[in-house]
Amino acid sequence: MAAAMPLALFVLLLPGPGGWCLAEPQRDSLREELVITPLPSGDVAATFQFRTRWDSELQREGVSHYRLFPKALGQLIAKYSLRELHLSFTQGFWRTRYWGPPFLQAPSDTDHYFLRYAVLPREVVCTENLTPWKKLLPCSSKAGLSVLLKADRLFHTSYHSQAVHIRPVCRNARCTSISWELRQTLSVVFDAFITGQGKKDWSLFRMFSRTLTEPCPLASESRVYVDITNYNQDNETLEVNPAPTTTYQDVILGTRKTYAVYDLLDTAMIHNSRNLNIQLKWKRPPENEFPPGPFLHAQRYVSGYGLQKGELSTLLYNTHPYRAFPVLLLDTVPWYLRLYVHTLTITSKGKDNKPSYIHYQPAQDRLQPHLLEMLIQLPANSVTKVSIQFERALLKWTEYTPDPNHGFYVSPSVLSALVPSMVAAKPVDWEESPLFNSLFPVSDGSNYFVRLYTEPLLVNLPTPDFSMPYNVICLTCTVVAVCYGSFYNLLTRTFHIEEPRTGGLAKRLANFIRRIRGVPPL
Amino acid sequence: MLDEPQEQAEGSLTVYVISEHSSLLPQDMMSYIGPKRTAVVRGIMHREAFNIIGRRIVQVAQAMSLTEDVLAAALADHLPEDKWSAEKRRPLKSSLGYEITFSLLNPDPKSHDVHWDIEGAVRRYVQPFLNALSAAGNFSVDSQILYYAMLGVNPRFDSASSSYYLDMHNLPHVINPVESRLGSSAASLYPVLNFLLYVPELAHSPLYIQDKDGAPVATNAFHSPRWGGIMVYNVDSKAYNASALPVRVEVDMVRVMEVFLAQLRLLFGIAQPQVPPKCLLSGPKSEGLMTWELDRLLWARSVENLATATTTLTSLAQLLGKISNIVIKDDVASEVYRAVAAIQKSAEELASGHLASAFVASQEAVTSSERAFFDPSLLHLLYFPDDQKFDCLFFCPISQHSTLVHLRGGSIMGKPLPSTLLPNSCGRALASAVIKGPGIGHLWELLPHSPPSWLALSVGYSLMGVQEVAAQMWCSVCVVEVPASSRFGIKQL
Repeated sequence: MAAAMPLALFVLLLPGPGGWCLAEPQRDSLREELVITPLPSGDVAATFQFRTRWDSELQREGVSHYRLFPKALGQLIAKYSLRELHLSFTQGFWRTRYWGPPFLQAPSDTDHYFLRYAVLPREVVCTENLTPWKKLLPCSSKAGLSVLLKADRLFHTSYHSQAVHIRPVCRNARCTSISWELRQTLSVVFDAFITGQGKKDWSLFRMFSRTLTEPCPLASESRVYVDITNYNQDNETLEVNPAPTTTYQDVILGTRKTYAVYDLLDTAMIHNSRNLNIQLKWKRPPENEFPPGPFLHAQRYVSGYGLQKGELSTLLYNTHPYRAFPVLLLDTVPWYLRLYVHTLTITSKGKDNKPSYIHYQPAQDRLQPHLLEMLIQLPANSVTKVSIQFERALLKWTEYTPDPNHGFYVSPSVLSALVPSMVAAKPVDWEESPLFNSLFPVSDGSNYFVRLYTEPLLVNLPTPDFSMPYNVICLTCTVVAVCYGSFYNLLTRTFHIEEPRTGGLAKRLANFIRRIRGVPPL
Repeated sequence: MLDEPQEQAEGSLTVYVISEHSSLLPQDMMSYIGPKRTAVVRGIMHREAFNIIGRRIVQVAQAMSLTEDVLAAALADHLPEDKWSAEKRRPLKSSLGYEITFSLLNPDPKSHDVHWDIEGAVRRYVQPFLNALSAAGNFSVDSQILYYAMLGVNPRFDSASSSYYLDMHNLPHVINPVESRLGSSAASLYPVLNFLLYVPELAHSPLYIQDKDGAPVATNAFHSPRWGGIMVYNVDSKAYNASALPVRVEVDMVRVMEVFLAQLRLLFGIAQPQVPPKCLLSGPKSEGLMTWELDRLLWARSVENLATATTTLTSLAQLLGKISNIVIKDDVASEVYRAVAAIQKSAEELASGHLASAFVASQEAVTSSERAFFDPSLLHLLYFPDDQKFDCLFFCPISQHSTLVHLRGGSIMGKPLPSTLLPNSCGRALASAVIKGPGIGHLWELLPHSPPSWLALSVGYSLMGVQEVAAQMWCSVCVVEVPASSRFGIKQL
């Protein structure tokens, strides 16, 4: 019960030295950005990134005063002495072959790793996961780019992924001190047919049912980037409305791309119209309707028949015409698929391909899964097949999931590679470049880092018939009863001639008693 | 005033009696209560001197030590509702430690750019207070700033003073919407005390809290027992004239910390002492806490801990009495023994006046009793209902059949059965009931009794798949839905 009571202020505090001094300059900063990319298949991908950088050495100072950095995460880092934390929730699958390489991909499930790697396949991502994620943002869906995050539109998409990444970064070039960087990212892919009614045009209002009104007062940078690489002045392929004030050109993921930049902190931008609704209209289809596919993509499947054995195969495609590059493949296979590592074969173009590095950690039943990590050199323009045979294990009867289940999920495998880029890129300056460029920076501009995830797999394990105990009891009892009963009848049944019942109750009672005694009745 | 000679032991009091005309105390004051477990009482030359002085000493001692209302407040949770009034504010539950969070709520960052030197304020004002309280538990302090966090209530406009106000009745509704953003502590299990500083938005400035008489509260703050406190900080209207939005606001931490510390004292139940008349009460030292107030708190806490531990162990014993399925493992048993020993030790120490060791023992008692009561192994076999233990009685029908036949005076191969084989009267009564009604007895009679038909039956079983047949037979026995099956000429009921 709240009570506003007049407090007897007998606690008198003397203002100590510096009681009115100005607070130190703020040590944390927020940058937010939204990148909208039309994908080759006609869908539209939108990637939000909110980056809070906090110049404090959390673990050493024992700091516990938070401003922009959320208190919940700061306490986690301080208590468990975390170095890095990446947690992502994803629904759907990023189709690398059709959509091109992603900026930031996450496996199709919950994934978190802190010096360890854990994946929970088949968890459902919904509004209840989005709301606490939004609460971690300083402006919390009231101002800035976060007003666009409305759950009913965001979950109406082919791919939805939200993630939290915490990592230490260097404060200066020599890395004498570190700051903590928190990146919250949200990627969605809007299906053209559902959202755009079949046309490839899009607008912010059509996608998010909201428009941008004001910038977040706490952000030092708040920008929207629209990919207009297909824009050609002469052909008039597309038109962006309102016209951007500046453009940004850089080599992103190996190709040269052009972005239209809208800066929300630019007062002229917002004052022109009360709200900012960016629209894109296609005048005519772009020249290269199907741009070259990504250089690296992968597929995984389970083959075999029956419920005892099977084979797990991963196909790695390298479509680069003349460059070969290495790929790091990380596989976590649950313990109930017992891998036979001696059957591991890697073939490229029909010939055997020996990996330059293999690390294998066998599984322990019910404790840890198999861990297989390999560095494979993919020859140019080839398909590499990595296959391994396995046997399915029989679980204990309490470990089976209830009857109406899909099966057991195998988490996706992770591919990390430095893919050679078609165009050389400049080295990235951390603070100046946009956030989507500095996520996986590389020092050498001739290749870019890509992390891909394959599909999660579904396998069936041999499941015993759980109705058998009931059946056995029924059958045994019935058979025994029928056979035994019939035999017993044969052996023991005798036929008597029944006298008509005469005499009263007393005689019947007397007969009853005589029968008990075994004496012939009256 | 008086110089404190040496550190007093916890739980003890020293009272000095000075002469009637001494100038240590001002003329009209009869007694003085000092900050560190000492008191001074003025003597008197009178016939009844000893009585009067004794009375004064008792009054002073009662003001400084454990009284009934403090005890009642501490045991409030364990007493039935009518024994204590609902008006009494409940102090915080005793716990091993507390987390104190200071939050600055800025619902309008476009208009107000609020800065507060919370680190300095905590270091200067809050930390000494918590150090003085450190015997009562572990404390940790943190702070955060929340933007766009609104109060759940719309304040009303008062045209007389052209300001906004929050009525006393609205105050309970203020906390709920904010609480979801405050965040509970991920890192520790201790209860959290929240102190919020709210800077109202430009559209609702200035904002005052009104008490039940309609007058604005002097400190513009209120607190909620067992949760924390909220203070509303109004920005000086002169600040708006000078510059454009957002206006830079520097929070006066002295004013704010005065209010928060006073609220913290009240939340812990350190109330204003009842000073006897003509008594001079010395103010607390710079820490804000007098040592004998801490003693009172420790006493009350020890009693509360003992009550909690006793209640927990009693509940555990009652539970064991009711549910016989619970298995107590050895470590749970040792925790129970440890709790009992700690309770006894604490009671002894309290009786002999050793406050510090009594408090520590009582905390141990609570920890052990909670660990024993909430041990997950207690629930291991709880849900094994009795009826599942009787699954093995499927063979009842066979024994029934035997009793049936005996009763009808049957014999094996023409020889009568010896009477000793006959079952007792209950079984007989049951069997006779079965004979009369339809069911198992009739089933056996209806079955084919010639050898060729048994052969057909057994072949039928093996061919058809025993599972299906058994299911059908069982279904017919239980008089449930009987599926038609004429393949092997099995008789259906």
